[in-house]
Amino acid sequence: MNPSPAVEPRNAVLDRTWSDPPGLIGWLSAINHKTISVRFMLTTFGFFAAGGVLALLIRLQLTVPDNKLIGPDFYNQLFTMHGTTMMFLFAVPVMQAVATYLVPLMIGARGIAFPRMNAFAYWIFLFGGLMLYAAFILDIGPDAGWFAYPPLAGPEYSPGKRTDFWAQLITYTELSGLLEAVILITTIFKMRAPGMTLNRMPLFVWTMLVTSFMVMFAMPSVMLASTALITDRLVGTHFYNPAEGGDVVLWQHLFWFFGHPEVYLIFIPPLGFMSSIIATFARRPIYGYPVMVLAIIATAFLAFSLWVHHMFATNVPELGKSFFTAASAMIAIPTAAQMFCWIATLWAGRLNFRTPMLFALSFFFILLIGGLTGVMLASVSLDLQVHDTFFVVAHLHYVLIGGAVFPLFGAFYYWFPKFTGRMMGERLGKWNFWLMFVGFNVAFFPMHIAGLRGMPRRVYTYPAEMGWGLLNLISTIGAAILAVGILLFVVNVLLSRKRGDMAGADPWAAGTLEWATSSPPSPGNFPRPPVVGSRFPLWSKDGVAGTVRGLADDRREVLVTSVNDAVPNHRAVMPESSPWPFVSAVAVTVLFIGSIFTPWAIVWGAVLCTPPLVIWFWPKRGPTQKNIEREVKP
Amino acid sequence: MRALMSFLLLGASKLAAAVPAQNALEPLGVQAAGIHDLWRLTLLICTLVFAAVLAAFLYAIWRAPHSKVQLAPDVSTLDQPEPKLGRPVVIGVAISIVLLAVLIVADFVTERRLARLPLKDAVRIEVTGHMWWWGARYLDDEPSRMFDAANEIHVPAGKPVILKLNSADVIHSFWAPSLHGKKDLIPGRTSLLHFRADQPGVYRGQCAEFCGFEHALMAFTVVAHPPAEYEAWAARQRLPAPAPATALQKQGLEVFMRSTCAMCHTVAGTEAGARLGPDLTHLASRSMLASGTLPNTPQYLAAWILDPQKFKKGANMPATPLSAHELEALMAYLETLK
Ligand code: HEM
Ligand SMILES: [Cu+2]
Repeated sequence: MNPSPAVEPRNAVLDRTWSDPPGLIGWLSAINHKTISVRFMLTTFGFFAAGGVLALLIRLQLTVPDNKLIGPDFYNQLFTMHGTTMMFLFAVPVMQAVATYLVPLMIGARGIAFPRMNAFAYWIFLFGGLMLYAAFILDIGPDAGWFAYPPLAGPEYSPGKRTDFWAQLITYTELSGLLEAVILITTIFKMRAPGMTLNRMPLFVWTMLVTSFMVMFAMPSVMLASTALITDRLVGTHFYNPAEGGDVVLWQHLFWFFGHPEVYLIFIPPLGFMSSIIATFARRPIYGYPVMVLAIIATAFLAFSLWVHHMFATNVPELGKSFFTAASAMIAIPTAAQMFCWIATLWAGRLNFRTPMLFALSFFFILLIGGLTGVMLASVSLDLQVHDTFFVVAHLHYVLIGGAVFPLFGAFYYWFPKFTGRMMGERLGKWNFWLMFVGFNVAFFPMHIAGLRGMPRRVYTYPAEMGWGLLNLISTIGAAILAVGILLFVVNVLLSRKRGDMAGADPWAAGTLEWATSSPPSPGNFPRPPVVGSRFPLWSKDGVAGTVRGLADDRREVLVTSVNDAVPNHRAVMPESSPWPFVSAVAVTVLFIGSIFTPWAIVWGAVLCTPPLVIWFWPKRGPTQKNIEREVKP
Repeated sequence: MRALMSFLLLGASKLAAAVPAQNALEPLGVQAAGIHDLWRLTLLICTLVFAAVLAAFLYAIWRAPHSKVQLAPDVSTLDQPEPKLGRPVVIGVAISIVLLAVLIVADFVTERRLARLPLKDAVRIEVTGHMWWWGARYLDDEPSRMFDAANEIHVPAGKPVILKLNSADVIHSFWAPSLHGKKDLIPGRTSLLHFRADQPGVYRGQCAEFCGFEHALMAFTVVAHPPAEYEAWAARQRLPAPAPATALQKQGLEVFMRSTCAMCHTVAGTEAGARLGPDLTHLASRSMLASGTLPNTPQYLAAWILDPQKFKKGANMPATPLSAHELEALMAYLETLK
């Protein structure tokens, strides 16, 4: 391939500048985006495993009719925590975690915007998630469903602390998502390598840009909803209390205005994984780049216009229903366009079926089914039959697992060499893939039938006469196979991290910038940030048109470029490592958790939060502020 | 399993003997049939699309040359302006749009069709969801002809039914898949559901919106009678409970009034008039107990009264400790509530 900037010698000063400090304090002070991202990925994967264990317990209970293994109380906590974990602690955060590693590398930046805020966002995510699980283990786990509809989730029907924990920690972990969105948008808009116009951005970066904007619009809605819920519960407001003029359906509107787009928050970044993997293993640029970008943007817009299809069984006015039916069905069009573009890419490509590619290709089968059942659910009349049944459980897992988890696993296989410098085992990888693929379909396909045959969801038991026993038995067997597949992944990661083949900078001969630096990248990513001349810089002759010189090595200096054309504007100095984001996160957590027990926690919690935040943001004057005018010559 | 065995062996009424239908794929009323037609059309179209896209996909990976080694990528398109979109992609998207439009129109038509059920002479029933049972009030223009029942909805076959749906506590959802799709019962709002059972029979249904602890055990049955039989049934239900005849039954009534029963239940014609639990005026005429949880046999009824939480952990009915004799009397009385 082309000589890549990685060939440039590493620079010890630069490495030291961008490294995280040593020792325990250093560990807590780390702000390098790769360090934080790896922690973030491990944490989200931990939550995925926990959510998976809960899912297995759910499946175990449903294996046979009239099962007495798990009673209603624990079962209700199980599916509430499974849904909450997968949606709030795994699916969205994992995409943001992967993105905070890859986006700076893909756009040729030395770091990420607001690195301390990034660390802060990670810590509050970790604490929020851990508190939720601590509550669960202390038997005050939430049990009103991950959708927590009032009045069931209100003070009258869910007394005690269970739902308080849920509502408060949802607000809290979403805060982390919101911060990550701000970070990613700023990074993508202002820190791209010179020459990387919007029109040359890798598709994954596009998906993260669009996703981050969606987060900015969707998350406040659920944070508002859960804050209103917590004030209903703690200080006796009446937002959701019909007896006092509140409205229980208000919650559903606010929740689904977030909850539906959330599915796309989960599903759009994997479109970027798909495009990266397919381009590399079909050895061709993705067909129809502008169409792909427009399709992603269109999906994002449409995603906000169809939340009501979760509420067809409530009293939605007829005309409204038809509108939401049409909007829901129409969202299939951009997805279809992308599917066709990928097929066109494969058609003209030369294919290489390595494990990442297998995971990516399985998307065509699984997501196709999930998408088509989605079209079925868009119809009001059909939805009235299958809403809140196992048909929907099947549909949502086809979309979430087919649309997000399979591409995500592919992405891990694909970028693992970049993360660790080593390849993942291919033989284990194939086993991993096939067990997951077969197990997944065996587990979830029968649920479609069970749902149509009348099996409601969120039930801890069902009578034998209904004839759902066999279907459920098959599902449970499938879930077990799926679990073994996922376990193999863990084994493969552990083995490959120590003993995998060395990867080198660009083991797949891929074309985008993250492969232009060593694996794993040096702390400062690019000793000399590249200047980009094409959409696949490593694949075309003038792809890397040069390198940026003149950035300081002895402080964390980054290049700030213009939004559209990535013309260098000026340089900015990124902050140093600092323990204060960590301390602040602890303080804010104390505030939030305390407020579950007394509203006064807001007051003394604020007092507690002030010093670390002040120290964190105390302006520093120093040599960093000089020379800012110095011109940068590409 | 034991419940099933006794259900089969002791099965009291002839209606309960057959396994009731709860299956969206076996429509037994016009509304469900209309939805089922739409389902078949949708399934057909989706299956065709699935086959077509998968075929294109498989053909693409079959015809593309495969390689294990890393070849130089084909980047000929990279530095040129994008070629115009290939015709197949455009055609594919166009076909998708057309098919989706067909489905949207079909949905629209089905919805209109469901809304047009003729409602002349409809039976009107007000159904109220409770944690975790169903109250049913049979409405009538003449207040004296109204009556209450619980957990079973009786309707005349072949006649339209209008359900007025309300909730006493949290959100529930009324769903009898063989008859119609579901509709939520929302506190503070009233919603309507229209359906018609076309043949006599027993249709099972279940609460479909998660409503807390015992959501799973909140079932009900819709019993469709031939119209004349329905009138007879309704006439019987309008009657108050008969006065106890034997000494034992009289004692039973006394036990009923003396222990906690009367604090929550109604038996028309007696002093018991509380509305916290299901109306028991015609308890003995029902086939199931506790919202479809247990068959209504003397054994289960007795066991239920002694310890409801044994069968339905979250049931909001307290256990009632009774001596053997009190229980016997109470059972004798309850059996008269036909
Ligand atoms: C690891 C394999 C998984 C299995 C075996 C599994 C199984 C299940 C089952 C059986 C239910 C229905 C529970 C009920 O209705 O009572 C359920 C619900 C759910 N699952 Fe999963 N699941 C898995 C992975 C996932 C993933 C990866 C996600 C999201 C990214 C997810 C998201 C959800 C959600 C949102 C619900 C709805 C919870 C509710 O009804 O409130 N699941 N899962
Ligand atoms: Cu219910």
